[in-house]
Amino acid sequence: MLKPLLSGFSHIGRQVIDGTWRLGYATRFFLLVLLRSGLSFTRFGLVVRKVYFSGVLSLIIIIVSGLFVGMVLGLQGYETLVRYGSAEALGTLVALSLVRELGPVVSALLFASRAGSAITAEIGLMKATEQLSAMEVMAVDPIARVVGPHFWGAVISMPLLASLFSAVGVFGGYLIGVVLIGVDDGAFWSQMQAAVDFRHDILNGIIKSAVFGVAVAAIATFEGYDAPPTAEGVSGATTRTVVTSALAILALDFVLTAFMFTGQ
Amino acid sequence: MNRTLMDLWVGIFVVAGLGAILVLALRVGNASATFDVSDTYTVYGDFENIGGLKVRAPVKSAGVVVGRVANIQLNAQTYKARATLAIDKRYQFPADTSAAILTAGLLGEQYIGFDAGGDTANLEQGSVLQITQSAIVLEKLISQFLYNKAAEGSGGDK
Amino acid sequence: MPGDHLVDIRNLEFAYGARKILTGINMTMERGQVVAIMGGSGCGKTTLLKLISGMLRPTSGEVLVNGEAVHRMDTDGLARHRRKLGVLFQFGALFTDLSVFDNVAFPLREHTDLPEELIRDLVLLKLHSVGLRGAHALMPHQLSGGMARRVALARAIALDPGLVLFDEPFTGLDPISLTVTGNLIRRLTDTLGLTSVVVTHDVAESLKIVDRVFFVADGRIAASGTPDEVRHTTDDFVHQFIYGEEDGPMRFHFPGGSMQADFGLGRGRA
Repeated sequence: MLKPLLSGFSHIGRQVIDGTWRLGYATRFFLLVLLRSGLSFTRFGLVVRKVYFSGVLSLIIIIVSGLFVGMVLGLQGYETLVRYGSAEALGTLVALSLVRELGPVVSALLFASRAGSAITAEIGLMKATEQLSAMEVMAVDPIARVVGPHFWGAVISMPLLASLFSAVGVFGGYLIGVVLIGVDDGAFWSQMQAAVDFRHDILNGIIKSAVFGVAVAAIATFEGYDAPPTAEGVSGATTRTVVTSALAILALDFVLTAFMFTGQ
Repeated sequence: MNRTLMDLWVGIFVVAGLGAILVLALRVGNASATFDVSDTYTVYGDFENIGGLKVRAPVKSAGVVVGRVANIQLNAQTYKARATLAIDKRYQFPADTSAAILTAGLLGEQYIGFDAGGDTANLEQGSVLQITQSAIVLEKLISQFLYNKAAEGSGGDK
Repeated sequence: MPGDHLVDIRNLEFAYGARKILTGINMTMERGQVVAIMGGSGCGKTTLLKLISGMLRPTSGEVLVNGEAVHRMDTDGLARHRRKLGVLFQFGALFTDLSVFDNVAFPLREHTDLPEELIRDLVLLKLHSVGLRGAHALMPHQLSGGMARRVALARAIALDPGLVLFDEPFTGLDPISLTVTGNLIRRLTDTLGLTSVVVTHDVAESLKIVDRVFFVADGRIAASGTPDEVRHTTDDFVHQFIYGEEDGPMRFHFPGGSMQADFGLGRGRA
């Protein structure tokens, strides 16, 4: 009678202990990456390769998604605003929602599934095929040589991708609102410019995306480095990267938004 | 290390990203209209009621943005709201300039409108605006209107 | 003469937590020889290699390479030790994003400040010694298993190490590549003055090329000797292993409960 209950409890307890243990290990790994990143900066070519790997290869999905998100915002926003006779505020609505929220968050989610999973898979496969061990016995630190450049490549790429997403999105909203529906061109831009503040809205959006970049990069590199060195291990780690990153991005977004955009 | 095609792509990517930030700043945002702190002078305005005025709301004169609301606080002695206004140094106003809290459109944001006076002396750093007009609070306006109507109606009966 | 012992392992013990992998290992390897470590799968052979390369530390006992204690080295000492050490992993472990040339150049570029022309010459020289100079522009995924293993060998000897460790160099090779790889290990050891340690369970190939064999079973050294000695051994275990017999000291059946208990026989439950 009591036995299944107890085993349930002990199962939960084990999970909690395991999770805490893993979190501690991940934190130590993260600090180690930061500490040993010196090489990444003395040999910047390594980081440039990884900017290509995670940034340039994500360009297409970011630009196309940004355009469509902006266009949808234009359509939906117009439908709602026109009822209150303030279709001119469309520019404000599109720009503010993109710059503050959708730009950083959606591009980070896309980035996690495109680049984050690729980083995990690459590091995990290098581990599974003993490339990391080979590096270690050649007296080359795999954290400095492989993980560090991947990490910084992703951290550099993320804010740039988010800015591109927002800019393209605003253009998408302009296409739908002004070119297609016929909202007044001047009002669209001037209302937008009056409402969007550089420091308060745009800079905060960029800070957000930089934080998301650090989170995705840390999760992706850790999952890859920690992956069991088998095919199933790597595929499981790749899935975990996407899921954990998505949760981290949304949770961080809430915290950051609470800090940045309230109280005024 | 040799230059590769990859470097070119990374270069294009970085330029595009920075370009996007620039576009956001200049085209979407108002960085071109944001004043540097060093290029402004501060004046104060005391209002009975600021309505929905927010920090960073524009200060306009004849429709041109000349400054921003830097801070809003309640004066504990007079129970008036004191708005700190940062005004662009390029624009000088007579000392008897009046400030009113206005609304852009029916549902638009609130801003402070300057009406220049005729004094020969100008506003200086730390000056306090003498003539201010509070925000129009819609509820008060409506209740006043209803009250008047009711008064008229009851008067007509007699 | 004790000075000729490049690797000297004394009373070595190693355990993962409570699970003992190796106990009471004593072995010496002489300079200039090819030494094979043989044993069944999972007997701790690869663990021995990791102990020699310093990737693992023994629970107790000593691992001396060139008279220096590997298990007591700090990070810098370990880095120095590994620069004089070449390791060939099971499937080569080539860096998949680098070409064959860049793979072999990797240790040179990481650890020396040589000019690029000199690196080019050295890399082509090393590739020539494994017969793959013509393949320097290929990527690892374009190589066969045997070629990848030879490229990895060229990479392992890039810094002219004194000691080269081979982890299962014969696994998954066709008979021709197998002979090629075996002869290459022998020839490079002789011409470059290396000492080679080969972990393998390929009896036929390794007995052709090695000077000395250690048999590991149940975490201890079961037997050792020259290839001729072990071929004419009287030891049951070695005999079973060399001639690949199904039954002997190593049982076909994993130890477990009695048949009667597992199948529920003799209890009248049917």
